[in-house]
Amino acid sequence: MSKVIKILGTGCPKCQSMTGVVQNVISENNIDATIEKVEDIMEIMKYNVMTTPALVIDDVITIKGRVPSKDEVLALLN
Amino acid sequence: MFDWLQHFADWLIYTVFKVGAESHLGTALNFFVYDTLKILILLFFVVFIMGIVNAYFPVERLKEYLNKKKLYGLEYFFSSVFGAITPFCSCSSVPLFIGFVQGGIPLGVTFSFLITSPLVNEVALAMFLGMFGVKATLIYAVSGIVLGTIGGWLLGKFNLEPLLSDWVKKILDNKMQHGQYEGVKQTFYQRLPEISRGAWDIVKGVLLYVVIGIAIGAAMHGYVPENFFNTYLGGDQWWTVPLAVLVAVPMYANAAGIVPIIQVFVAKGVPLGTAIAFMMATVGLSIPEATLLKKVMSLKLIAIFFGIVTLCIILSGYLFNLML
Repeated sequence: MSKVIKILGTGCPKCQSMTGVVQNVISENNIDATIEKVEDIMEIMKYNVMTTPALVIDDVITIKGRVPSKDEVLALLN
Repeated sequence: MFDWLQHFADWLIYTVFKVGAESHLGTALNFFVYDTLKILILLFFVVFIMGIVNAYFPVERLKEYLNKKKLYGLEYFFSSVFGAITPFCSCSSVPLFIGFVQGGIPLGVTFSFLITSPLVNEVALAMFLGMFGVKATLIYAVSGIVLGTIGGWLLGKFNLEPLLSDWVKKILDNKMQHGQYEGVKQTFYQRLPEISRGAWDIVKGVLLYVVIGIAIGAAMHGYVPENFFNTYLGGDQWWTVPLAVLVAVPMYANAAGIVPIIQVFVAKGVPLGTAIAFMMATVGLSIPEATLLKKVMSLKLIAIFFGIVTLCIILSGYLFNLML
């Protein structure tokens, strides 16, 4: 089943590098997933996170406030 | 501690590149090599240590702590201290603000955090340590924390809630206690690789600013005459502190880039207090930050916030000049 990945962040450099990491992991491992960037602050607050960027996989917050490594993202997606 | 680095810089510039120690270029290059390496080493260690501290005191824990305990006024201080140890990313300030308000933390206490967070951060501390030494760094950190405490307390005296954006008020109306913080169960050694990778990322992120800042600083060191600022910019006249602060408020500069330049100012005769006030106004307040805060506050509130913090910075500038 296709996974829905959301990246919460107002567009700061860290959020962009998180998006980059996730995109790389997905294309390198042929993972079936869609990436959605959530940049609207009101939408972000619905997830009750205080530090961005945050990584949400199938509506579960998995990482917040830091940029993960590729391995970490891969582990979370499997 | 860094003698070996100075020897290395001397050897590299005077012996390997054969640039004379007496020439402007030689001094400037030597200064550049020595400072860049020293700052990068310090930066990595400070960020690394902050990373360890931070892994144990995540911001969610502070929120919970401030919420549960009655602290009799000390909450402003704690909030300010936490602001200092939390790594700051300007884009996180809005989510943090909402998170605090949502958690039922008073606005003044939230402001304490918001003032100190950009002011005292790991990059600024490392840069200060490298350029001005331990004493100045301690003064900077302590005064940043005091400033956040007093600024937040002052702001808490105003009735500011009506000045928040409408959607934030709505959040305030139904404060919720959801989202209890669950600590990540990881041992210290499991976290270590991640913390050092994080530290490395931050160092890489500011590397360019450090190099450019030090390069400009090195160039100025060699070419700006001694006591230049005293002669042309009034030196320690009373109006230099407010002027320096007011010029710096709208500016946004990375601490990594600004400290080396400030160091030259000080070396060429600007009082350290004035320089610290300038630095605080540059990293603490800026137009980009105001734009971000616009999403959660009215312009009037932003003006009050900036006004009070500016005033506090100017006063502390005078205070430093008296003390130092």
